[in-house]
Amino acid sequence: MADLTTTFIGITSPNPFWLASAPPTDKEYNVRRAFEAGWGGVVWKTLGSEGPPVVNVNGPRYGVVHGADRRVLGLNNIELITDRDLYQNLEEIKRVKADYPDRAIIVSLMVPCEEDAWKAILPLVEDTGADGIELNFGCPHGMAERGMGSAVGQVPEYIEMVTKWCKQYYSKPVIVKLTPNITDIRAPAAAAMRGGADAVSLINTINSIISVDLDAMAPEPTIDGKGTHGGYCGPAVKPIAMNMVAEIARNPETASLPISGIGGITTWRDAAEFIALGCGNVQVCTAAMTYGFKVVQEMISGLSQWMDEKGHTSVDDFVRMAVPNVTDWQYLNLNYVAKASISQDDCISCGRCFAACEDTSHQAILMSDDRVFTVNDAECVACNLCVEVCPVENCITMVPQAAGTVDARTGEVVKEQHGDWTTHPNNPGAVAAE
Amino acid sequence: MTNSASTSGIVPARLDKAALSDNFSDLHAPLSDHEALVAADRCYFCHDAPCMTACPTAIDIPLFIRQISTGTPEASAKTIFSQNILGGMCARVCPTETLCEEVCVREVAEGKPVEIGRLQRYATDTLMAQGKHPFERAAATGKSVAVVGAGPAGLACAHRLAMLGHAVTVFDAREKGGGLNEFGIAAYKSTNDFAQDELNWLLSIGGITVEYGKSLGDAFTLADIQSNHDAVFLGMGLAGVNALGCDGEDLPDVLDAVEFIAELRQAEDLSKVKVGRHVVVIGGGMTAVDAAVQSKLLGAQDVALVYRRGKENMSASVYEQELATSKGVRIIYDAQPMKVAQSGKGLSVEFAYTKTKKGKLTRTGESFNLPADQVFKAIGQTLSGAPEGLTLEGGKIAVDESGATSLPNVWAGGDCATGGDDLTVTAVAEGRDAALNIHTALLR
Repeated sequence: MADLTTTFIGITSPNPFWLASAPPTDKEYNVRRAFEAGWGGVVWKTLGSEGPPVVNVNGPRYGVVHGADRRVLGLNNIELITDRDLYQNLEEIKRVKADYPDRAIIVSLMVPCEEDAWKAILPLVEDTGADGIELNFGCPHGMAERGMGSAVGQVPEYIEMVTKWCKQYYSKPVIVKLTPNITDIRAPAAAAMRGGADAVSLINTINSIISVDLDAMAPEPTIDGKGTHGGYCGPAVKPIAMNMVAEIARNPETASLPISGIGGITTWRDAAEFIALGCGNVQVCTAAMTYGFKVVQEMISGLSQWMDEKGHTSVDDFVRMAVPNVTDWQYLNLNYVAKASISQDDCISCGRCFAACEDTSHQAILMSDDRVFTVNDAECVACNLCVEVCPVENCITMVPQAAGTVDARTGEVVKEQHGDWTTHPNNPGAVAAE
Repeated sequence: MTNSASTSGIVPARLDKAALSDNFSDLHAPLSDHEALVAADRCYFCHDAPCMTACPTAIDIPLFIRQISTGTPEASAKTIFSQNILGGMCARVCPTETLCEEVCVREVAEGKPVEIGRLQRYATDTLMAQGKHPFERAAATGKSVAVVGAGPAGLACAHRLAMLGHAVTVFDAREKGGGLNEFGIAAYKSTNDFAQDELNWLLSIGGITVEYGKSLGDAFTLADIQSNHDAVFLGMGLAGVNALGCDGEDLPDVLDAVEFIAELRQAEDLSKVKVGRHVVVIGGGMTAVDAAVQSKLLGAQDVALVYRRGKENMSASVYEQELATSKGVRIIYDAQPMKVAQSGKGLSVEFAYTKTKKGKLTRTGESFNLPADQVFKAIGQTLSGAPEGLTLEGGKIAVDESGATSLPNVWAGGDCATGGDDLTVTAVAEGRDAALNIHTALLR
């Protein structure tokens, strides 16, 4: 079984699965249970400045988008940072770290954008023996209204400034957690880097209204007739998170910046995908909030099995492995031609491919009177819609056409050599072939 | 309780009331809201769906299931009722395993179809429980139609005619409507007086008058209703029962299975329904299965269902046959009755083993005897009392594709007419379609 021990920005944990800063890591009781279940590390739920702690609503904090059989697909929350006393949190962190020296404990922080506020809290955190800090520049609700959380994460200059303070007043690694509620994720990542951050973690939650109560005519969760936007997370946000991770990983300016991946990671496979796109480790929340801490055991066994199958002996072996294959659209090979192919042995004749292609795509699937579905190569553009709507996995596949054969749709011979938009004759800005 | 399964003779209360009530409760429990959502989610929303083609009433099954999955079972019910106004009963009694569910692509792929029947019941029960009738009558046309028989065909026809604005009078020979829905279906398929509730709900569209206790030929003639109405629909079903054609058929405890089923369905108190210790049912259709299973559920010690051909020829589906054996009925294939004789206080039925060669039934020469307190005949029903002048075909009223008989302005459908299987859902389709054709003819 592959060794999952991971060293991320100098912090070693027995596996790359950390719990993200969130309700599951709010106190000693939960964190001990998490470590007992096998989690490699935790990012302790965000601490605020000394003084009376923030308060949370006393009505519902969560809303969910459900899939079939009430599977949780997306979760939204309006909970704030910890509403427990700063010193109680610090004592607990110290105690847990002493008992679990092999596990990573990172302390998430959110204090006002003033140097004194950071200068005050950082030594207290240093004293706990925690392995590092994560700056919560991502929380999109509540705290942002007070000039913290995503309000900071949306201004690269603030990110750089606060990161610098942290590096100045704290000796251990500093991770900057990024908000996705911006237009270009590369700008805040670069700002964190300029400020001296050891790593970025992303994504934090996405601004969202999960649902509207059509009787009360109010967003949900509804508190006494009103609702507010919350932060969206869970499996539904994974594609958004992975794109942002890849953008940072393949941007020359930020390519060397370590990334802790967050966003809908539910299984070992999700984690492997984030790691392949450039993450040194991953953080999980919704999966744990849905199924409990035990889910990490599937993540551990699954990742190990896959690494064994692929011959990877450490997580580092495949970090960034997919990054070179993430490119811009303009560099995709336009000479690559594929056609859909339907396996008649596997086809159950539901006709979904036909409906999708006939109504909404290229009329490239033919239906016989006795419900046999076949592909008309003369119309098929290989869009993949039929593959994705087919309920039978691998029943419809995309078959690459060999060079030298004729594409029945265009009548042109399939070329061997690469040809993309940058050199395409229809592109007014094409670079002349040399 | 004084009696048990082994009490000899024909006696009531072989089981206590709790056991009887349990035995005759819903065969398939209704789906809960969550179960319905999970079941609905399995539907692939097929293009030109095979299930829809397989349904004699052509209900838009993918659409009604999607309407359930989006939390609108009422809209779903309307989709069902627009094609099949007896969709509630059909959800309970349709042999879905040989209709929609047999061709469900998930049955083909995984051997586990979408539970179309139970989903249909979920939707229709939801709307009916709200006491709502989803349709309104069109403006009155001034035309009137007589419908003979308040069974599935007649009711479907009457409802559609009423919807289209015609005035309808329904005549039924019995004192209660519903036809086979009320008198001829196993009690565990239609519990809590559902057939009557459905009838009342159906009639709430208005424009339909029902005259009970009036049978064609006795209370009125075809000529009477032809002269009093603009059109006539005949849907009186099959009132006659085929004879065994063997000695001893006239013995007192050799009975029609349909009568036993009707008595059981009408019983206020199941513990008062008598059943033999040894019961023999002869036949191979749904009536035979319903009689055999219900005898067993009433507490009979041994119930044998004897059919003259093989398992694959039985008109009751494999599913129904398995239901029977799971309830403890012994099915004997390839045997035909030769003689029923008095034997002590009971009867003894002699059977000859048979063989089917190239479709021809022959006796093997071997035989056996079964003791019986009661023998139920379930070898098919026949049309009785068909009015003079109607062309018959194979013992049924001959109709063309539109449901028209050989007489002008007289249509027919359901079991009494040619075409289609003798199923509730087929009767509904024929009644509905005849109504549409009558409508077209009347407005011509």
